[in-house]
Amino acid sequence: MLDVLSDNHGNPSSVHSFGRKAREAVEEARERVAGAVGASPSEIFFTAGGTEADNIAIKGAASKRRGSGSHVAVSAFEHHAVLDAASWLSKTGLEVTTIPVEADGIVSLGAVTEATRPSTILVAVMAVNNEIGTIQPIREIVVAAKGASPDVLVHTDAVQALGNIPVDVHRWGVDLAAFSAHKLGGPKGVGALFVRSGVAVEALVHGGGQERGVRSGTLNVAGIVGFGVAAQLAEKEIDSKAERLEGLRAHLLEGLRSEIPDIVVNGTMERRVAGNLNVAIPGTDGETLLLLLDQAGVACSSGAACASGALDPSHVLLAIGTPREVARGSLRFSLGRDSSAEDVDAVVKALPEAVKRARLVS
Amino acid sequence: MSKRAVVAMSGGVDSSVAAALLVEAGHDVTGIMLKLWSDDGANSNSGCCNVGAADDARRVADVLDIPFYCLNMAEHFERTVVRDFHAAYSEGRTPNPCVRCNQWVKFDALLERARALGADILATGHYARVDQYGGRWRLRRGVDPSKDQSYVLWMLTQDKLRQCAFPVGDLHKTETRAIAERLGLRTAAKPDSQEICFVRDGDFGSYAREHIPAAARPGRIVDSTGRTLGTHEGIGRYTVGQRRGLGVSLGMPVFVTGIDAAENILRVGPKEELRVGTAILDEVSFTGAVPNAAERVLVQCRAHGDVFAARLRPDAHRLILDFEEPPDALAPGQSAVLFSGPAGDEVVGGGIVASTIPVGVEGPLVPALADQ
Repeated sequence: MLDVLSDNHGNPSSVHSFGRKAREAVEEARERVAGAVGASPSEIFFTAGGTEADNIAIKGAASKRRGSGSHVAVSAFEHHAVLDAASWLSKTGLEVTTIPVEADGIVSLGAVTEATRPSTILVAVMAVNNEIGTIQPIREIVVAAKGASPDVLVHTDAVQALGNIPVDVHRWGVDLAAFSAHKLGGPKGVGALFVRSGVAVEALVHGGGQERGVRSGTLNVAGIVGFGVAAQLAEKEIDSKAERLEGLRAHLLEGLRSEIPDIVVNGTMERRVAGNLNVAIPGTDGETLLLLLDQAGVACSSGAACASGALDPSHVLLAIGTPREVARGSLRFSLGRDSSAEDVDAVVKALPEAVKRARLVS
Repeated sequence: MSKRAVVAMSGGVDSSVAAALLVEAGHDVTGIMLKLWSDDGANSNSGCCNVGAADDARRVADVLDIPFYCLNMAEHFERTVVRDFHAAYSEGRTPNPCVRCNQWVKFDALLERARALGADILATGHYARVDQYGGRWRLRRGVDPSKDQSYVLWMLTQDKLRQCAFPVGDLHKTETRAIAERLGLRTAAKPDSQEICFVRDGDFGSYAREHIPAAARPGRIVDSTGRTLGTHEGIGRYTVGQRRGLGVSLGMPVFVTGIDAAENILRVGPKEELRVGTAILDEVSFTGAVPNAAERVLVQCRAHGDVFAARLRPDAHRLILDFEEPPDALAPGQSAVLFSGPAGDEVVGGGIVASTIPVGVEGPLVPALADQ
């Protein structure tokens, strides 16, 4: 990254030699990302992040296939990049329905079969939920969807999967998949879209025809190079990282339970990425808890921040049937590469006092 | 002594400077913005808590190097302030949502949160002053008469005042802006907000048609004898004392003298019929001890309005004001705020006008109340 930022100012789309060096760097990154997700390099398109990749997948595939169908189904607990792209499609005349999610945070195969009709253009189910960390049976979901309608396209938002679980888009059988660099410790503002060979999507951004016309605009060379390196490293570290984070998370949950006995885990603990813990703390308001924890130096999340920064109850928790008031009093802890046992101890120490204070607020 | 302060930041210049002054005084300051409505119902540019305002407030907090949070109180605001706003107009009263927001949101729900966060002080950008005087907390008008906002703070009690701070209350608005400029705050030149924050583009007519249909139905305009003089556009468009927009010509100025929501009738008459001899207040609150019966106070009947001398008769839950100087008009639903003190600038308390009795009319209600 430093090399392309400081010394190599070439534009990979240029013909001259400076451009060629940049292009080599981008193509090497493409190979690395493709390798990490089980795709061929020609199936990887760089974007300005996971959100853009999701948007191209949802809107671009739907526009391309409009003639042959009229319906799109997305799971109810998708990231807003998918939900809002789908809801935009519904304004253009396509019918959009949501696939329900079970209380344990898993999309059932029956629900996928039921949601997929002959007129369905696209089904989208995320590989790992970003709030409750539950891992979806993507391979089986693809089989269920294509069993119900052989020509349907399946998209998976795999932003939270890459680096946390093994990703193999061809084994999964998906047609489209979205990835983001910064979730693996790479730079922010760069992502990738996997488009299975033979599948076509309509571009959303038109111009110079970069990324084979799927995403025009000068490439973010430094970001892409960083993404390539991060993807390669993250894939190697999956097992060791998961083992370490599972230990930390068990310690965190045990500590929280001993201090706050009525704590409830949202979603299953069985099929969940190692770095995620999402708990409901009865009788509290998540916003107040977050503020109190932030004061104590603990950063976590609750619900989804709106544009102004205020929080709404998590649509993910509501989708798995969590009552509104319980969803309001829920916290998400994310453990990552840099989390330590001391961090966990600090949370376990800070939370009881924060909960006590938050419970004073009616 | 350094205190822990929460500042309610709106993204405007006043609360920005309030936060800055507390930081300069060495306090441990946290900025909090309240999100009071869902995004699609919001007022795009005016008002206080749209996305642009949140960006402004967050940027000010960054410049001051203080933590900043946005709290979602949209459901609470809807259940309290907005519901009251709709009910009042449906019933022919004139609500003051800023009073209600202070009463139920800022100095209630937010104060509770601030206390939970361990704050000693809740500060806002209101132009009013609070200090300790004679062993109690005293609420006074802000020093800038054109900006004074003590009128909308009458519901503050000793228990709340002890934790309230209004850092810009000692300033004139020009000084506030000068401080913001000196500190390079991006809100320095922002215009004052005027409109009701949740009424989009200040267009009350279309807001009422959409949200308060009962107050948007055309009906009859009648005089004191019951004679029909014309048609009104929905009672929500009128306030007792209003002269403009009636479309009625009697050869003399005509004012709204009453709103009969049940019959959807607007009553009008000459100015003399408006003059209020007695007012009965509900939801009464005092900043300090309950005043003595027959105490003389100065009553302000609207924001930035004149004051009128009255004697008061306290009651269990209500308060009766016998005006010595009758105000021109007093609309039910508005706040009547009582002032006293040597300079007449100390807030005694206030209440919501439940009903009024014109000058010269013996109200049967009044003795009955006094006997309770």
